[in-house]
Amino acid sequence: MRYIPTTPEEREYMLRVIGVRSVEDLFADVPDSVRLRRPLRLRPALSDPEVLRYLSALADRNAHADRLTCFVGAGAYDHFVPPAVWQLVGRGEFLTAYTPYQAEIMQGELQATYEYQTMVCELLGMEVANASMYDGASALGEAAVMARDLTKRDRVVVSRAVHPEYRQVLRTYTEPLGIRVVELPHEEGATPPDPRALDGRTAAVVVQHPNFFGCLEDVRGWAEAAHGAGALLVVACSDPLAFGLLEPPGSLGADIIAAEGQPLGNPLNFGGPYLGIIATRQEFVRRMPGRLVGATVDRHGRRGFVLTLQTREQHIRREKATSNICTNEALNALAAAVYLSLLGPQGVRQVAELCLRKADYLKSRVAELPGFQLPFRAPTFHEFVVRTPRPAEALVRALSREGFLAGLPLGRFYRGMRDCLLVAVTETRTREEMDRFVEALERACRRGRQVVGGRVL
Amino acid sequence: MRDFPLIFEQSVSGRRGFGLPDPDVPARPLEELVPQQALRTRPPALPEVSELDVVRHYTRLSHRNFSIDEGFYPLGSCTMKYNPKLHEEVARLPGFARLHPYTPEELAQGALQLLWELGEELRELAGMDAVTFQPAAGAHGELVGLLVIRAYFASRGEKRTRVIVPDSAHGTNPATAAMVGYEVVTVRSDARGNLDLAALEEHLDERTAAVMLTNPNTLGLFEEQVDRIAERVHAVGAQMYLDGANFNAMVGITRPGDQGFDVMHMNLHKTFSTPHGGGGPGAGVVAVKSHLEPFLPVPVVVREGDRYRLDFDRPQSVGRVRAFYGNFANLVRAYAYLRTLGAQGLRAVAEHAVLHANYLRVRLAPYYEIPYDRICKHEFVASGIRQKRRDGVTTRDIAKRLLDYGFHAPTVYFPLIVEEAIMIEPTETESLQTLDAFVDAMVAIDRECQEDPEKVRTAPHTTAVGRLDEVRAARQPDLRWKPA
Repeated sequence: MRYIPTTPEEREYMLRVIGVRSVEDLFADVPDSVRLRRPLRLRPALSDPEVLRYLSALADRNAHADRLTCFVGAGAYDHFVPPAVWQLVGRGEFLTAYTPYQAEIMQGELQATYEYQTMVCELLGMEVANASMYDGASALGEAAVMARDLTKRDRVVVSRAVHPEYRQVLRTYTEPLGIRVVELPHEEGATPPDPRALDGRTAAVVVQHPNFFGCLEDVRGWAEAAHGAGALLVVACSDPLAFGLLEPPGSLGADIIAAEGQPLGNPLNFGGPYLGIIATRQEFVRRMPGRLVGATVDRHGRRGFVLTLQTREQHIRREKATSNICTNEALNALAAAVYLSLLGPQGVRQVAELCLRKADYLKSRVAELPGFQLPFRAPTFHEFVVRTPRPAEALVRALSREGFLAGLPLGRFYRGMRDCLLVAVTETRTREEMDRFVEALERACRRGRQVVGGRVL
Repeated sequence: MRDFPLIFEQSVSGRRGFGLPDPDVPARPLEELVPQQALRTRPPALPEVSELDVVRHYTRLSHRNFSIDEGFYPLGSCTMKYNPKLHEEVARLPGFARLHPYTPEELAQGALQLLWELGEELRELAGMDAVTFQPAAGAHGELVGLLVIRAYFASRGEKRTRVIVPDSAHGTNPATAAMVGYEVVTVRSDARGNLDLAALEEHLDERTAAVMLTNPNTLGLFEEQVDRIAERVHAVGAQMYLDGANFNAMVGITRPGDQGFDVMHMNLHKTFSTPHGGGGPGAGVVAVKSHLEPFLPVPVVVREGDRYRLDFDRPQSVGRVRAFYGNFANLVRAYAYLRTLGAQGLRAVAEHAVLHANYLRVRLAPYYEIPYDRICKHEFVASGIRQKRRDGVTTRDIAKRLLDYGFHAPTVYFPLIVEEAIMIEPTETESLQTLDAFVDAMVAIDRECQEDPEKVRTAPHTTAVGRLDEVRAARQPDLRWKPA
């Protein structure tokens, strides 16, 4: 049997040692009433080459980012991943290890995580980062609960320019705990700091920076407003590479940062596994969710690393734990560490600058197209919203036939934005691709006017 | 001996490890693109190293890691089975790995079909009616499961406040209940290692939202009265939640849906062989009976004729617990595994997991206390209590000494109801020869406990570092490197 090494003779031998006659005897404790008395109704088993062929055929039916030129971001970014990253991360020694409970034989994982925690702190301008969360959205949910625990307040104010799916997750995590979530409107794509939105019950303000529309927020202004009201500032972020160039939220007064680490060396993977990042100030570390790796010494005085401050965690504290998280995204955190090691301070700056410049180029070109407009004036990083002459959904469909993944139509998330497209540009896009994209947009709208002009799609 | 260097300690100013393109667009001054005050003032202190430095550093670190690829990993409750290499190749196909989650549905039909088919297989295995792929791990699945149960009661205008867990439960169970705002009630286990039905009945009432069970439980024992438990739980209108961490022992033998469970999570990184990655990522698919389906997170994968789509229009849904759809790459791996094994293969998995565990249990019984010494399922719990009393050597010492013999240690000090617990799960993918070598090591350590206990107490002796000072790590937290 595939992946089971035990031969029939060995099976008989083991049964004899156990002192039973058949494998069936080993299941005598399963009551008859709950036994499955028929074979499972599953698809037939396939040989190895057949599995590969079948799944390759399914993979081939997907318009992936090597097939369509990718201008969609919105929380998942097509950055270049140096081949060294996954050739290292994919090593069986990392891939097939469990959580480093036996520290003495897991120094590789533990040290890499310690390095990862350090790199995240450096990139975000923060004091402590944990070993990882599931993704940026769930990290934000946990950050809100953490803010409630720290402030003993039960209201969270969140900007509507935070990723809509992150906001949904925030609600899911907070609602059962009686935390009230209040949304703040955006103006011109950004969320101007407004102390009047905060009151004595406000645990946290949540803004995303750069926000869902790609616009920069006034993080410092929000930090002042939040702290003035005795609340914490939680900053969400869907691409930490922005802080290769931009002042990081930690240096602007953020108290907790919940970020998506996919852009740091992780593949698009149709949405997961990604990497949840949570970082905060030293004084809040004991309310943090998730695993933390710390440095210590062994009995000979040599430096070594262990999982630490575990009294926050579920396996020790059970219902009093800061979170129920156990399994995290360690391998994706390792990928981020390798990626950031390869890039270094110059690399992250260069990637961020390339993203910014290219996005600006495309933004200017698209804005010149007849019928296209930029609805927001706030400065952007590598993503921007454009108002299109045709409904955005239809435009995306048309552009896919021209070889482009044109962006995310915003109508599904925001009323009144059915003609808005969220477009992202990473360092992997070339000027030539962008010029062709602009031409294709123009063509699609010219043709669109002829074919579906006036029809509401 | 010198400390093993950090990547930061190898940094040389000006060294580079990347090859990025030059800008191919007009070079406008940065200040025209973003306000000056938004720009970073101090660069991050990331290491400045060459690509070869990075490759060597992480390769060397990998040598300081223990993995299934290297050796036997009998970590109870974690199902450390072999992770087939074929799955890695499949998961990295560009059609999966390079697929953006916001690709229009009609252009991602292969991915959606895969999810649909995987869902069908898992529903059949679980004996359930609907699944969600969203949870990233088992505990995340528990969160979804309890949120769904809570929404179900809310839809019926019921406000239930309690969740019951056995004293042998994983820590995630009570922690999850607390996250969903439930009060946790703990019920003791009986002398046979099962949930004490009488004790459960004392606590069951209309305040109970759910009973969370692990089956086989964390002692590796099947809950022999599971159908009666379900009957009593349902009699007070409460829901049965299965923590599916131990599903490996059951596949094809008995289905949670047939046992009376209403909702369960499956750890694809346990039963369905996706690699643990040093602590994650996992995938925690949740399966439910039809009465709970309306409350599953959005979106749900649906099939219409030969087309597949994501259904977001589910007004009773609990919402989302993460962005996008789930840990897709692991769902791909799990599907490859299911298709390789098929019905017969999966049943053989459960049979051999149980066979191997019982073989180890019987072989170790002369040397180690086995508090519940009866036929076990995929794992069993031994105890180091004899060695502790006789030789003054603890379970922790025994675990550390095993590392010197080239094995990962079993799970220790869990479940909490067994003193000096040593929880052993061999899995079906280990050979008789490996199991025998492990027995030999455990027997040799038992002898060492009597003849040279100090050697065991100070273990490990052959690892990259010696026993680490965990107290110091917690008292003086050093959670990041700082530039000198």
